[in-house]
Formats: sequence, structure tokens, C-alpha cells
Amino acid sequence: MKRYSEWLQQTVFVGPGLLFFIVIVFIPFLLGFYYSFTDWNGLDMDKARWTGLHNFELIASDTNFWNSFWFTIKFTVVTVIAANVLAFLLALVLTKPLKTRNILRTIFFLPNVIGGILLGFIWQFIFTKGFSTIGELTNLPFFNLPWLGTPRTGFWGIVIVFVWQTAGYMMVIYIAALAGLPKDLLEAARIDGANYWQLLRSVTVPMIMPAITICLFLTTSNAFKMFDLNLSLTKGGPGTSTQSLAFNVYAEALNNNRYGLGTAKAMLFFIGVSIITITQVWLTKRKEVEA
Amino acid sequence: MERRERYSAPILVLELAAALLALLFLTPFYFIIANSFKTLGEILINAASWPTEYNWDNYSKVWKQINFPLVFTNSLLITVFSVAGIVLISTMCAYRLVRRPTAFNNLLFNALVASMIIPFQSIMLQLVRVTSLIELRGHMYGIVACYLGFGLPLSMFLFHGFIKSVPIEIEEAAVVDGSSPYGVFWRIVFPLLSPIIVTVVILNTLWIWNDYLLPVLVIGGNKNLTTIPLGITKFFGQYTKQWNLALPGLAIGIAPVIAFFLFLQKYIVEGITAGSIKG
Repeated sequence: MKRYSEWLQQTVFVGPGLLFFIVIVFIPFLLGFYYSFTDWNGLDMDKARWTGLHNFELIASDTNFWNSFWFTIKFTVVTVIAANVLAFLLALVLTKPLKTRNILRTIFFLPNVIGGILLGFIWQFIFTKGFSTIGELTNLPFFNLPWLGTPRTGFWGIVIVFVWQTAGYMMVIYIAALAGLPKDLLEAARIDGANYWQLLRSVTVPMIMPAITICLFLTTSNAFKMFDLNLSLTKGGPGTSTQSLAFNVYAEALNNNRYGLGTAKAMLFFIGVSIITITQVWLTKRKEVEA
Repeated sequence: MERRERYSAPILVLELAAALLALLFLTPFYFIIANSFKTLGEILINAASWPTEYNWDNYSKVWKQINFPLVFTNSLLITVFSVAGIVLISTMCAYRLVRRPTAFNNLLFNALVASMIIPFQSIMLQLVRVTSLIELRGHMYGIVACYLGFGLPLSMFLFHGFIKSVPIEIEEAAVVDGSSPYGVFWRIVFPLLSPIIVTVVILNTLWIWNDYLLPVLVIGGNKNLTTIPLGITKFFGQYTKQWNLALPGLAIGIAPVIAFFLFLQKYIVEGITAGSIKG
């Protein structure tokens, strides 16, 4: 009787979650390993022929894929640094007793609640119409660039929007960390004669290292997986010059109909994400200290 | 003793700088709102000015073309059902995993945590196939089912961390008083979880409401399930150069989530902070 009741409880409590997890995440994930080695066309599973390492050979010589790879790496490095520096500075300023700090926090966070797709469309207008109008009015060369029209401006366009979207979220995390700093420690360092920069470098930053780990992790993995902004801002163009990795996988399968190849790319993408995020967490975790 | 910072000249300078930057952050919204009321000609002549007259026409045309009541209802239903389902299955799962750490349950916990690193794009193609095989594709319950699967790991993890801090003595007292294991969960444990439920609800709501890729893959041919991001994308594709229609479309599209944020701001910011610190 007791045994039966235990079983029933296990099924009732864990069963539903386990079922959805297996069907939606686990099975497709395992299937991915199989399809990577086939010429799957997206439809009939049984007609997918085993082609061995053929897909990976194709990928090795696929310059588009490697361009997307470098694009994504460059994009991740630039946005992670820019978003976190901006967010940290905002957090430093907005933990000071400003009169308008609540409304300022709201404003900086606001872009984050809007999804990447709609944000991208908003900025498409800003870049193509808004910037050129400002350019005419002010004659600043920055606004007269052919925004989104060249590989370079396309890249920086996506960077700007990504940072605009992400900084507020990271700011909120940094503010929470800064507010949690032990006051006596800061006071002690100040009495010992530390100036603002020494305080920041030797006390504040080491003490909020856990928040830095989290923010770097979130921005790295979001930047590396960036898709929505890519689709709505540049569609990967001009040509395929601003295609992120995630977009490349999507295009391979849904535009070119090569699902087997797409899956192989997707699996490499998974390995790339894992390596990058695990290394990054491992590196920053080592820097965490206790008060 | 804490030294209270006084409002001084350097702080005033910081305040002005931050306010300027905030204005810069808001300019995209200004451009969208201002131009959404103009005629196409006006937009092309000067996109920076405030409209001379308000063409509410733009809005009523777009409202019908996007079929806003339908896409809004779809987004709302999908989000509400998914979030409610995620809270339900992940609280129950986390509770059991904390209270009965058997070998199987520990393995499951580790598998769920590890799965969080899998990017959606790595499994989306196979997911399309699996969901069409078992008749999930093209149905609202199918989209909801997908969100339950993808939402479970992080939510379960957040609840797991919280439940560990709930003293087991409360539950034991309830058992002594004759409560069943299910009664203990529903009447004792679940209400205690409310702070972290707020976090899970907010994180999942923002994600699901704004998601594009999953619905576009799983709705199949069933256009009646179009959500706001999908509807706006399709609309925008058709009217790329007709800004007088595209912009009111965008404004309508972002209005609900901005309203949601402004009303529940306090909870959203606290929820996100709690979610990231625990995660």
C-alpha cells in the first residue's frame, strides 16, 4: 500500500513535467544526432538516407557558414563588452541619490520588454528614415551613412539595437548587486584612504563578481543565439553578410530545404554555444570572492 | 556609520547626463508614435517633426488588416495557458525532486539543468517533425505543449532552489493533522511559493509573449493561430515602404506589452532580479 502510494505520487508530481520534457526537448535533441548524418528532407523520417560524414564535409567547405560563425563571434564579443559596460555605468549612476532615478530606471529597462522582432522593425524605420532625417537637419556624417545597406553598417546596426535592448536588463541585476554591498566594508576602505577608483577596482568589482558572472553569461548566450533582431533588421543582408549562426541554420533548412544539413549545423551550433558559455562561466567564477 | 550622500553639484551633473541618455533611449518611440499619425508624404518630407494633424485613419485601417482582436487573443491565450501550465508542472516536479531525492530524481534534476544550455535552434527542425507526427502542430494546445517543455527546466530550477529553504517541519505537522501528500502540497507548500511564482510568471510571460520562432514553426498552416509577433512580421513584409501603415501596426503591436510593464513594473524588476540571482 505504501509502495503504491509512493508510485502514484511520483507519477502525479513528476509525470507531467517528465512527459513534456521528453517529447518536446529530449526526443528532438536525440533525433538531431541521427539526422545530422542523413540527407533528411524535413518530411519523411524513414526516407532519410544515412550519408555518414557527408554533411560535415559540406559544412567544412561552406564559406557562408564560416562567415556566419565569425560574424557571430565578433558580434558576441562586441555586444557583451558594450552592453555590460553601459549597464554597469548606468547602475553606478542610478544607485546615487538622483531625484529622477526611479523613472530613469524604468526608461532604461523599457526596451527590454519588447521582443526582438518588433524592436528590429522599429529600428529599421529609425535607421532608414529617422537617421536620414536627422542627417539632413544636422549634417552629421554619422547619420548619413547607408545604415543597414552595407555589411559594416548592418553589423553595427544590429549591435546598437542589441545593446539598447539588453543594457537595461543587466542594469537591473547590477543595481541589485550594488545595493547588496556591505556598507561597513566600503566605509572601512574609505577610512583607510582609498579613493573612488581604488574603491571601485578593489572592493566593488570583486564583491559583485557573482552578478558579473550572471550578466556575462546571459549576454554571451543571448548574443550567440541572436536570431529575431537579425531577421527583422537585416534579414542577413546585404547578401548573407550579416547572417548570424542561428539565422544560417534556419535559412539552410527552411529556405534551402536541406534539413539534414541544417540539423548538422544545428548540432555544431549547440556544441559552440556549450563551449563558449561553459568556458565563460568557468573563467568568471574563478574570480568570485567572499567578503 | 553609513555616510549619507547629499545632493551635490557632481550628482546634479550625473543626473543631467543620465536624463539625456534616457531621452536618447526614448527617441525610437518618439519616431514611431509621431510618424504613425502622418500621411506617407509627410513622413518622407520630415520624419522628425510632430504630426500637424492626427490621421486616426491609419490606425483603424491597420487594426482591421492585422485582424488585431484575433492576434491579440491568440497571444493572450497562448501566454496564459502556457504560463499557468509551466507553473503547475514545474512546482509539482520541483517539490517531488526536493523531497524525494532518489537516484532517478537526482538524474532527472541534472538532466533538466543541463538541458538549459541547448539552444532552441538546435532542436527546432526535429521538433517540427515530432509535433506534426503526434498532432500537436497546427493546434493551440500544441504550441502550449511546446512551451511547457521548453519552460520547465528553468522554472523547475528556480522552484527547486526555493523549496529547499521551506522547512519540512511544517509539512510534517500537516501530515500529523491528517493531511494527504497532495493536500500538503496544495494547501501548505504551494501558497508558500508565491514570491518565486511571481518571478517565474514574469520571466515566462515576457519570453512567450514576444517569441517568434516557436509559433512560426509550430502553427503550421493554421493561420487562425497567428500571434502578435507573427501578424506584425507578415504585415510589415507587405508594407515595407508604406510607413504610414507599417508604423501604426508597430505601435499597436508593442502597446500591450508596454502597458503590462508599466502597470506591473515593480514586480517585473523584482522578479527578474530574483530570477537571475538564483539562476
